[in-house]
Amino acid sequence: MRVVAVGPARWRVRPRAVGVAAGAFALLVLVAAVNIGMGSSHIAVLDVLETLLGGGTARERGIIFDLRLPRTLTGVLVGAALGLSGALFQSLARNPLASPDVLGITWGAGAATVAVIVVGGYRGQVSGAVGAVGMPVAGLVGGLVAGVLLYALSWRRGIDGYRMVLIGIGLSAIGYNTVYWLLTIGDVNDAARAVTWIVGSLSEASWSAVGPVLLALVALVPITLVLGHTIGGLQFGDETARGLGIRVDAARGTLLLLGAALAAVATSAAGPITFVALATPQIALRLTRSPQPPLVGSMVIGALLTVSADLVTRLVIPDLPVGVLTAILGAPYLIFLFIRSRREARA
Amino acid sequence: MTGGTGVTVVARAGLSGRRRRRVLGLAALVVLLVAVCAASITFGARAIPLDAVWDALVRPNGTEIDIIVWSLRVPRTVVGVLAGLALGAAGALMQGHTRNPLADPGLLGVTQGAAFGVVFAVVVLGVDRLHGFIWFGFAGAMVASVAVFLLGAVGGRGATPVTLALAGAAVSALLYGLIAAVVLGNEQGMEIYRFWRVGSIAGRDFAVVGQILPFLVAGLVLAVVNTPGMNTLALGEDVATALGQRVARTRVLGVVAITLLVGSAVAACGPIAFLGLVVPHLARAVTGPDYRWLVPFSALLGAVLLLAADVLGRVVTGDSFEVGILLAIIGAPVFIVLVRRKGLARI
Repeated sequence: MRVVAVGPARWRVRPRAVGVAAGAFALLVLVAAVNIGMGSSHIAVLDVLETLLGGGTARERGIIFDLRLPRTLTGVLVGAALGLSGALFQSLARNPLASPDVLGITWGAGAATVAVIVVGGYRGQVSGAVGAVGMPVAGLVGGLVAGVLLYALSWRRGIDGYRMVLIGIGLSAIGYNTVYWLLTIGDVNDAARAVTWIVGSLSEASWSAVGPVLLALVALVPITLVLGHTIGGLQFGDETARGLGIRVDAARGTLLLLGAALAAVATSAAGPITFVALATPQIALRLTRSPQPPLVGSMVIGALLTVSADLVTRLVIPDLPVGVLTAILGAPYLIFLFIRSRREARA
Repeated sequence: MTGGTGVTVVARAGLSGRRRRRVLGLAALVVLLVAVCAASITFGARAIPLDAVWDALVRPNGTEIDIIVWSLRVPRTVVGVLAGLALGAAGALMQGHTRNPLADPGLLGVTQGAAFGVVFAVVVLGVDRLHGFIWFGFAGAMVASVAVFLLGAVGGRGATPVTLALAGAAVSALLYGLIAAVVLGNEQGMEIYRFWRVGSIAGRDFAVVGQILPFLVAGLVLAVVNTPGMNTLALGEDVATALGQRVARTRVLGVVAITLLVGSAVAACGPIAFLGLVVPHLARAVTGPDYRWLVPFSALLGAVLLLAADVLGRVVTGDSFEVGILLAIIGAPVFIVLVRRKGLARI
């Protein structure tokens, strides 16, 4: 383990974690290039990479930058945000089952965004300012409200991981029942669009959707990484963390809100793509063999998972939203996870 | 000796006090049920005076009011009463058998199972009438409930609040992905699904009542037969076995009763969340832990609350909030309060 210092901030760096992140990043570039190259006119991987680095023919630049890049880029950004958010929640709850989808954050964002689709939509299209500004803002606000509620309701002389999960399940129920009700009041086309959205889809990503996510991530990720240093201390329980000089409630509240904001931003861009935030931190944890989910590693692996899932979906059933695939893959994983944790608890 | 007699007298007084409270409570519930039934037939888009309602019920002669009463209000009321009885009784049984105060069909994946059955029948088999797809909803509910119970019990000694909730979440997530995959791109499936999904007792006729009635009655009978065994089981499986009870038989009987009750309610009304969760807690305050009283109390209270919520939705919101949505929005906060109560979140 080494220590890297930039001004007053210091990070402990594990060579293995850096290696995993770098390897995953290389794989991400490859999968992203394949995903961009796929489509009605095929472009070879090397040509895609060359074009992205500034080369390529005018036609390739046109196809890649105008048409295909937004989809893959949205996948990368959304996946990174979900991975980071999942790592934060799982560290805070000290529970591998805590993730923004289980805890109701994504349903909060979902209910707010579906409200915009149903109220502001016209025959399945949400156009103009309502679509470009209203949907992301509504998603962000909905997710944050759910995050604040989660923290306020779970707090009872400290945070208990199981209590947080159960409260989150209750909040989710309010969220999805609101969504189901909203689905009944609109036009059938708006409802279908809303269902596509609440499963999570990258197929409608455009440059106007990439902007807000990119902006939010540029603001949120550095703050999270700087503040993330308290996570290690929080693992030891409240008493020890206080003894280490961490202001426990302030640190945990801030990190929880950051996690909620990241999940909400991701959700407002592509819908709640389930499973990514849940599985990513555990995969990263096992690969890096670190004591808690690594933040940077989770971001890269989250992006890799999302873009790979999108690629597989496009190869198998082109019209299916990517969230359907992640939901179907995620359920067995969730089941495996808690069967194993029960075995461990019994042993 | 005198001290001993005194204790006996006090114990008897306490017992007879509780007995009086139970009998009075039961009588009060029956009166309340009659009152909400009357309200349910009287109130609606067009308020009908009570004497006219009585005339229509006793001497129907084909007037407009007779048609409203007999083809709309009475079936709706009957379906509401039946579903409420079923969900209340099933909630009490489910909480007893899982020893889980948070057990609820909505949280245990049963409703998503029924939803998948309905969507499958509508989209894949082309069934488009409630009377046709009701069976598929029933089958889906049964398969999902058995799957969740088995999963929740895997890898440990019986199911606990968190494992059951998470097994339910996992199965629901899987089914949710499958439902979305089937329903997207099928306008008719979408149209039926979105209105079935919110949970409503409006628009059901006597044919629906006839379809579910045999299963529901069988479920209620099994539930009542199951109650003495549950009282013994509450002492723990080891004690129950030592007392000569066949534990496995009691368990299977309970699960069959729960599945019949929840399956028929969900098939007829769509998912109605949180009723089965909240009702046993209210009932327990009057009856104490004796299941022979708790189960009938919960059933009656379930019917009263369901109908009351439905009438409230009709009168206050002009039928724009379906009863399933109203109950979820009232029930989820109660769930959160229960979770926050000390000792519950710990396993």
